[in-house]
Amino acid sequence: MIPEIGHFALVLALLLAIAQAVFGLGGAARGQGAWMQAARSALAGQFVFVAIAFGALALAFIERDFSVLYVATNSNSELPIFYRIAAVWGAHEGSLLLWALCLAAWSLAVSALSTSLQAPFRSRVVGILGLISIGFLLFMLTTSNPFERLVPAAIEGRDLNPLLQDFALTIHPPILYLGYVGFAVAFAFACATLLEGRLDVTWARWTRPWTLAAWLFLTVGIALGSWWAYYELGWGGWWFWDPVENASFMPWLAGTALIHSLAVTEKRGLFKSWTLLLAVTAFSLSLLGTFLVRSGVLVSVHAFATDPARGLFILGFLTVVIGGALLLYAWRAPLMKSTAGFEPTARESFLLFNNALLIAALALILLGTLYPLFMDALELGKISVGPPYFELVFLVPMLPLLALLGVGMHATWKRGHLQPMRNRLLGLALAVAVAALVITGVVYGDIRPLATLGFALALWVMGSSLMIPIARWRARQAIPGAVLGMVVAHFGFGLATLGITGVQSFKVEKDVALAVGEAATIAGYDFRLMELRDMRGPNFAGVEGTVVVSSEGEVITTLHPQKRLYNSGGNPMTEAGIEVGAGRDLFAALGEDLGQGRWSLRIQYKPLIRYIWLGALLIALGGGIAALDRRYRRVVAAQPATGAVAPEASR
Amino acid sequence: MMRAPRFLVPAAAFAVLVGFLIIGLQKDPGEIPSPLLGKSAPDFALESLADPARKVGSTDFTGQPWLLNVWATWCGGCRQEHETLLAITREGSIPMLGLNWRDDRALALQWLSQLGNPYESVAFDPEGEVAIDWGVYGAPETFLIGADGKVLHKQIGPLTPEIWRRDFLPLITPARGET
Repeated sequence: MIPEIGHFALVLALLLAIAQAVFGLGGAARGQGAWMQAARSALAGQFVFVAIAFGALALAFIERDFSVLYVATNSNSELPIFYRIAAVWGAHEGSLLLWALCLAAWSLAVSALSTSLQAPFRSRVVGILGLISIGFLLFMLTTSNPFERLVPAAIEGRDLNPLLQDFALTIHPPILYLGYVGFAVAFAFACATLLEGRLDVTWARWTRPWTLAAWLFLTVGIALGSWWAYYELGWGGWWFWDPVENASFMPWLAGTALIHSLAVTEKRGLFKSWTLLLAVTAFSLSLLGTFLVRSGVLVSVHAFATDPARGLFILGFLTVVIGGALLLYAWRAPLMKSTAGFEPTARESFLLFNNALLIAALALILLGTLYPLFMDALELGKISVGPPYFELVFLVPMLPLLALLGVGMHATWKRGHLQPMRNRLLGLALAVAVAALVITGVVYGDIRPLATLGFALALWVMGSSLMIPIARWRARQAIPGAVLGMVVAHFGFGLATLGITGVQSFKVEKDVALAVGEAATIAGYDFRLMELRDMRGPNFAGVEGTVVVSSEGEVITTLHPQKRLYNSGGNPMTEAGIEVGAGRDLFAALGEDLGQGRWSLRIQYKPLIRYIWLGALLIALGGGIAALDRRYRRVVAAQPATGAVAPEASR
Repeated sequence: MMRAPRFLVPAAAFAVLVGFLIIGLQKDPGEIPSPLLGKSAPDFALESLADPARKVGSTDFTGQPWLLNVWATWCGGCRQEHETLLAITREGSIPMLGLNWRDDRALALQWLSQLGNPYESVAFDPEGEVAIDWGVYGAPETFLIGADGKVLHKQIGPLTPEIWRRDFLPLITPARGET
């Protein structure tokens, strides 16, 4: 009965989403207040029914209702309750439901918190979000119904993919989806702006906090995924450039470009049409990414074709939403004229470079990700584009981006005014160059050019960020949220660069074969395998090793890497043993039983790797601080359509 | 719109992408032209993956047909075709030389010990020097070289038993007959 209630709730949610779209867009077009009101009520109803459907599916998992196909495929009775709930979004159908729930939640938040928007504009935003909801709900109901019954019911379920039975990965998808779907708000704002042909830039101010919020969730989601890959996949890598990762990284790059470009549009009335295009692009990439990954078209074109109904629906939906928005853009964007000028050293120039470099990186990553698809479509065979390509095309735009960032933060709008900062910045440049040489030369004992450059740029960005609060503090000036957020996020970006440089340049990885009692040495650390014992978990059995790590005779830590075999079958899973340190991680993962008491062991020394994720968290924190800036909460209903700078705009 | 066609560029680019996705729905990988077909295989000698002191290369199989399989541990298609490679080696009809391309030695050795080793020997090409000579632009790729040292066939993308039977086997028998 419960699954049928869930199914029925989805149907009702679809009907309400249709009402939301029709009344929202129709009401705004006809200037009917009652219709606009109805659209908002329909949205509230849509959220309630999607939530009921989500609850029904969760209940089916909790009660182990193996008569539901999706439950039987993705859980079993031994699976702990925590993972049974997480299994709701463990596969295609349920993650679509989570998407729909996140979308409805964001829509409701926009509708409830945007009371200061002009009624027709707000109504159009609600209507466009309704159109997107229709697409998702229809997709679910026609091709991917999570409530489909299994007749006869299964006695036991097949279990959740063991790779997904992990804390970070249970919270990773919801957070990532909040990010993906959050860009729908910026998308809806952009489309509503284009529909109305608005020439003023208030929409940029309205969009900024929402975009920042979505972007911060996406940042945290990506960082969680990277962290999970590091300790769970057993290879000790933190980024693999596979299509799934790229699918989340590309909207992030577009979103990063968007939050910077929105600043220019809001403050100076420039880049108007470009910002609108970025808002459309960020969400389009979220949609494209989710669907391409979910349908498996990038991993294998054949998966796309195995379910032609799904493939066709995906294509149709993508074409309508993205194509529609881009045509709307082609029609309306020529109206948006930016007239204000600026000096070459003004903040506008730096943000222009920021956008150009981020979009260049994005375009090259998109090309690499879709290249196999193009080759296959042109009947040139199926191939993989490897990390060497992605690392190169990402590194090349990032180096100038970091270098310019350190200067650009201090440039003022319109005129630049870098002169007063010149000596301090030159001093900082000299200091970071020396510091980077000391780090590579003394600490790591190898002055590699790229590593030295990486450390210098990382310290450059961190130091340059800190100069802003220090100067304000000395002048006894208050620091507004937007500025503080920028400082924290840029400092985090520098910190992440520091971590990436450290681990990519000076990591040591070794695969060794050890019997109990034997040891291997890397980077001055002795890894001694002390013990191997059998162990049991709730739904798995396995082997746990005890590895004692010592340096110069002193014991530093004891690691407990595990090899797990889940009762439901499948590949053995690796749980790495990791000692976390401020300067480095020590990592041991069990490989294979080589017979005669020997095991292959992967031991690693990972300098500074923590700072990658710590930096990412600071980036997200900065986004949060900026989004909560008081300025966004006293939104003025209408602002003149000029590019004039308000006196306070030197922020 | 007429005034500013550049605003149509994003929509046009998207239309091209949709076109590719539609083509992607149909599939039947056909013949792949390679400039190497019918020409002498480029010579090379590289470190062996398992033993850096040993050289392996194109002259290892002079006088008999052989396969060159380009692979890497970061390549999903290579994982996909691995079973097929193992089956080909079990048949024992033709020796296979692996070209480990832009990869990490430890990872590659771990891959072979975990999944099984279909290769007579594996040449280690971390910088992709040899792969460039062979016109490799992605992995996996598999070349069939005849007894006379000429490239007879090139497969881009994972091998399957069907492709093996259809494209490779008919070429191997005559290739052997010439010697």
